[in-house]
Amino acid sequence: MIAQVVTPIHTPPIDWFAIAPEIALFAAAVAIVLTRALARRSKRVFEASLVVAAAGIVTSGAFTYVQWHLVRRDGPYQAIAGMVAVDGFSVFIRTVVLISLSLALLISVAYLQRERFEAAEYIALMMLSATGMMVMASANDLVVVFLALEILSMALYVLSAFDRRRAESQEAGLKYFLLGSFSSAVFLYGVALIYGATGTTSLVGIARFLSTTTLLDNGVLLVGMALLLVGLGFKVAAAPFHMWTPDVYQGAPTPVTAFMAAATKAAAFGAILRVFVGTFPLYRVDWRPALFGLAVLSLAVGTIAAVVQSDVKRMLAYSSISHAGYVLIGVQAATSRGTSAALFYLFVYALMIVGAFAIVSVVARRGDQNHSLDDYRGLARREPILAGLLTLFLLAQAGVPLTGGFVAKLGVFAAAVAAGQYALALIGTLAAVISAFVYLRIVLAMYAPADEAAEETRAPLRIDVASGVALFVAAAGVIALGVLPGLVLDFARDATLLLAK
Amino acid sequence: MLAILSLTPSYYLVLGALLFTIGSVGLLVRRNTLVMFMCIELMLNAVNLTFVTYANALNDIGGQVIVFFTLVVAAAEVAVGLAIIIAIFRRRQNVTADDIDLLKG
Repeated sequence: MIAQVVTPIHTPPIDWFAIAPEIALFAAAVAIVLTRALARRSKRVFEASLVVAAAGIVTSGAFTYVQWHLVRRDGPYQAIAGMVAVDGFSVFIRTVVLISLSLALLISVAYLQRERFEAAEYIALMMLSATGMMVMASANDLVVVFLALEILSMALYVLSAFDRRRAESQEAGLKYFLLGSFSSAVFLYGVALIYGATGTTSLVGIARFLSTTTLLDNGVLLVGMALLLVGLGFKVAAAPFHMWTPDVYQGAPTPVTAFMAAATKAAAFGAILRVFVGTFPLYRVDWRPALFGLAVLSLAVGTIAAVVQSDVKRMLAYSSISHAGYVLIGVQAATSRGTSAALFYLFVYALMIVGAFAIVSVVARRGDQNHSLDDYRGLARREPILAGLLTLFLLAQAGVPLTGGFVAKLGVFAAAVAAGQYALALIGTLAAVISAFVYLRIVLAMYAPADEAAEETRAPLRIDVASGVALFVAAAGVIALGVLPGLVLDFARDATLLLAK
Repeated sequence: MLAILSLTPSYYLVLGALLFTIGSVGLLVRRNTLVMFMCIELMLNAVNLTFVTYANALNDIGGQVIVFFTLVVAAAEVAVGLAIIIAIFRRRQNVTADDIDLLKG
């Protein structure tokens, strides 16, 4: 009887290789948590979890590399019932996430030892958040995008509130949690409306539906798209959805801020590009003005508000809002050139911002407190190398030639001009000029004479080996991408989206 | 009586939109973090209602399956959110959003 009523469920074949990079990171995170739970008395748990994390990252990177070769040979494909897309685009975003994760973990080691946390959970949470970001890069279904958004956010909420001794950290965690969940709910409502309008949540399915069907009444679809943009705009910290950014960036532990700024932006922009440029190209007329508005607002708010800040972490938070604006210029072009320019920008930005926050973390000293501009006064005299590196990262963010930041900005402006968006390129250039003032304020403070009496009472700055390696890699990358950007530019150019046929 | 008033999907969709609006307005105006938290749950459940309605109207099982994912996510959110709220409560004995104002500028 029952056998006749119940139809057998056909489960899709699972292509484990398509999600192998995510599985490697996730397995490492689970292994770390298990080790911590089973051997909590041992003092070596922290070191062991660092080794496991490194193994997970290397494995994940190796799988990503193999995927890149297969995609170039056989072309992009969908896996697991169309839930996951394996294409050059996802490989590029995964690479950026993995680089940000490794650099952020390197600068976290000194932070955790200095603050006497030495918690394996911290490393596991960072790996889990990166897992969510990697899933987001390859998500080919709006539900998978939502799940990835939640996986990456929930680990970040905890990481923001990780420093239990600082009230600011808990406050940052709560603010991020409340506003983040709000934006996730808005995003999900957008998914529901698009599902109602098109009858599917698969991105390829939606694109196929829209290209074969003319909707007489597309109000529901447009509202759904707007809500998706709000949800994702929140994650990339684009104005007017940037309210959380300065508070959370300032309150969160500095290495977490570095990771959040570099990797979350890359992953969320990956989702924006895939959803808007890849899935709704036919509705370009409708979403391009919205992105135009977001880009202009982000540039304006990010640069102008940064001028009046006196806290370096807050300054960098506002400048991260303006960087979201620059990337949006590339996205808004809605061309493959714009996409690759945005991708290159995200790559360079990850190096610049992790490098800058690495130095901020060192200068903060024990307690993660010294972030005001006054704490940077006279840094060049005491720590010439540190000051020189921070100058490099800040100049790169300002877009000075011979740094990666220049090539990145040039790329998005050129893409905007090629798409006929002269106004946007002009506004972007103006914003770049104003933001140079912000970065020069920090640089000038470092090269100004210090208040010697106050300096005497302070502990000397110490750079450990891991932070040194992270700083070296970031600085070398920023310079290399400014002088010889060809390799990564080609990578970004070939990182094409999987499109519905 | 009810038979005359035939319930089309739009009733449920409007109810979903209303609940979602109540949730989002509540989140913006209420000052107790626990109530703000409940508003988020209300928003998620409004979305669930919308999904189920559409799934029924489209005769597609996919929308109903998504509800399970949403429920799991909401449960995970409760765990993380309450942990953060308790950590703050231990320190300051109240969780009013207006008093949590160390970070500004």
